[in-house]
Amino acid sequence: MRLVRLAEAAAPPLVALLATVAAFALFLLAAGADPLRAYGLIYLGAFGTWFSWQNTLVRAAPLLLTALGMALPAQIGLIVIGAEGGFVAGGVAAIAAGLPLAALGLPAVAVLTGMALAGMATGAALVAACGALRHWRGVNETISSLLIAYISIAVCDQLVEGAMRDPASLNKPSTRSLPDALMLGTIPGTNVHLGLVLGLIFCVLAYVFVFHTTWGFAARVVGANARAGRLVGLPVGRLILIVTALAGAATGLAGMVEVAAVQGAASADLAVGYGYTGILVAFLARQNPLAVIPVAVLMGGLEASGGLLEQRLQLPDATITVLRGLLFIMLLASETLQGRLRLTLRPRAPRAAPEPVRPAHAGGA
Amino acid sequence: MSGIGWWGVPVAVLAGAIRVSTPFLFVSLGELVTEKSGRVNLGLEGTLVMGAMSGFAIAWLTGSPWLGVLAAALVGALLGVLHAAICSLPRVNPIAVGIAMMLFGTGLAFYLGKPFIEPKAPELPALDLGFWSTSPAIRSALRVNALFFIGVALAPALVSMLRNSGTGLVLRMVGDSEDAARAMGYSPRLVRLAATAFGGAMAGIGGSFLSLYYPGSWNEGLSSGQGITAVALVIFARWNPMGCLWASLLFGGAGALGPALQAIGVTGFYHLFNALPYMVTLLIMIVSCSPDRTLAGAPGELSITR
Repeated sequence: MRLVRLAEAAAPPLVALLATVAAFALFLLAAGADPLRAYGLIYLGAFGTWFSWQNTLVRAAPLLLTALGMALPAQIGLIVIGAEGGFVAGGVAAIAAGLPLAALGLPAVAVLTGMALAGMATGAALVAACGALRHWRGVNETISSLLIAYISIAVCDQLVEGAMRDPASLNKPSTRSLPDALMLGTIPGTNVHLGLVLGLIFCVLAYVFVFHTTWGFAARVVGANARAGRLVGLPVGRLILIVTALAGAATGLAGMVEVAAVQGAASADLAVGYGYTGILVAFLARQNPLAVIPVAVLMGGLEASGGLLEQRLQLPDATITVLRGLLFIMLLASETLQGRLRLTLRPRAPRAAPEPVRPAHAGGA
Repeated sequence: MSGIGWWGVPVAVLAGAIRVSTPFLFVSLGELVTEKSGRVNLGLEGTLVMGAMSGFAIAWLTGSPWLGVLAAALVGALLGVLHAAICSLPRVNPIAVGIAMMLFGTGLAFYLGKPFIEPKAPELPALDLGFWSTSPAIRSALRVNALFFIGVALAPALVSMLRNSGTGLVLRMVGDSEDAARAMGYSPRLVRLAATAFGGAMAGIGGSFLSLYYPGSWNEGLSSGQGITAVALVIFARWNPMGCLWASLLFGGAGALGPALQAIGVTGFYHLFNALPYMVTLLIMIVSCSPDRTLAGAPGELSITR
């Protein structure tokens, strides 16, 4: 019975996936490309070889974390879309902490831990600010999170080009680089950095937090009905702060990993959209932290295959963005099927519509 | 800006307030009508970029900037209809659909706009209000685009439409109480469809201003969040079209401060000045929102203020 329920919950996203594949095939035909060949290339570029698998996993690693930036607040009924800001600020904070720690001659583990803590604290502060504004000032968290993201990216750009700029970076401003010896290593036998492991651990921890702790349960109660939560005496404000801070910590850690494992320094290159793709991942995973894992790998694969489409079919690099947008729209439209696709005959239990995300709190209106 | 030195700053800010505010003005007036019907369309950022791209493409292909504006409005209306159609399905979250439309619109615009990054399209006409001055800075500052005047005229027209006309009444009724509208025999779905299409068309026009006048070319970094800022601006304007006008001018001035200071050699905080409109928006939202009451003038069915 549990399996049937699971299958029924997974059915609408699958329908959306199929509809997207069909719609994107039409789009490719209109663009004069062979859809079958394009899908073949996407598969090849994403999962076809061991090399492409590694590429996919490297791109999935930050998505695991940025998706949590959306999925965790969704549990408590908040739509926070500022993961990009937490990502960039986390990266800049990590390098700001990492360079002096490295100058002290500390071992790699200590430097990396310090960087991770700095990144997580910065991300947590930014996203928790959205939660606090929502709760105590009634400011819509969707808009405030996006504004805070824009502002923090501007502040980071300013730091990278000003106070933290490496004088040696002439035409492309960036901070000084982390010494190679202190960079986050790879999983033995692969080119995939350890950020993937961190992301997986965080997803599992987030799942345990949401579904197997009283805090998580309380958060979901507030998410389902804030007024009920308040009536049974739940500390709504504190719950919102905790959940949004955790979400922000995940996005900040993603930024730290990008700096410590991939780029080595902070620059404008940090803001390449991992935060925004994370939103899509979270929705596709229906805001479930465990489901984020396969979806992030899928999305990482799509990103990884973009280059191949560009080279072999002369399609613009925005093609994959169109595909992602289509998928996102189909996916949200498929929410309307939730609870209507039934695999077995059984009496309809009167249960609440499974609606993990609600636009805002009902209370206080 | 040479010749008038520091005086260039207020002149440039004034000019910028007019120039930079136009897209804000169009997007926010459109979103205002959409929100008055009780629906939020967060996807206007994508619509704006699509409008910028399609307006530029059509203007370049036909040689007429006004045909470009028309095309941008049509494309925007289509995206609005798409948003409204998806949102009218039961159990679909309009905010999330808006986020998706944002990604889809920008992606599609980048995809279709590739061939149009190089060329230069004909520019929209502007009025020379600075003809009396000999200073080139003042003359260029007072070259005001025709679309700005249309936008300025539209604000009081919308006030009167909302207050005095039957259309306005139906729109406000659907936005304030779906049940009342149904009881009166109006379809909230259709009214919202029309309101969202209007909002999309306006956002498309706002986008075409970006690509056809200021900055006046099409590239992928053209919009820097004007669409989403405009949504916040409607809240700040308390759903009053005249408020949208003043707020747009304020934001335009804030956005123009950075380039104006840069022109006279103050380059130290370029990025921070560029983020000024967002800071102003955030600050204003913090000051004006309250957890205990809905904002005065907010449509009753609107999910974003609840």
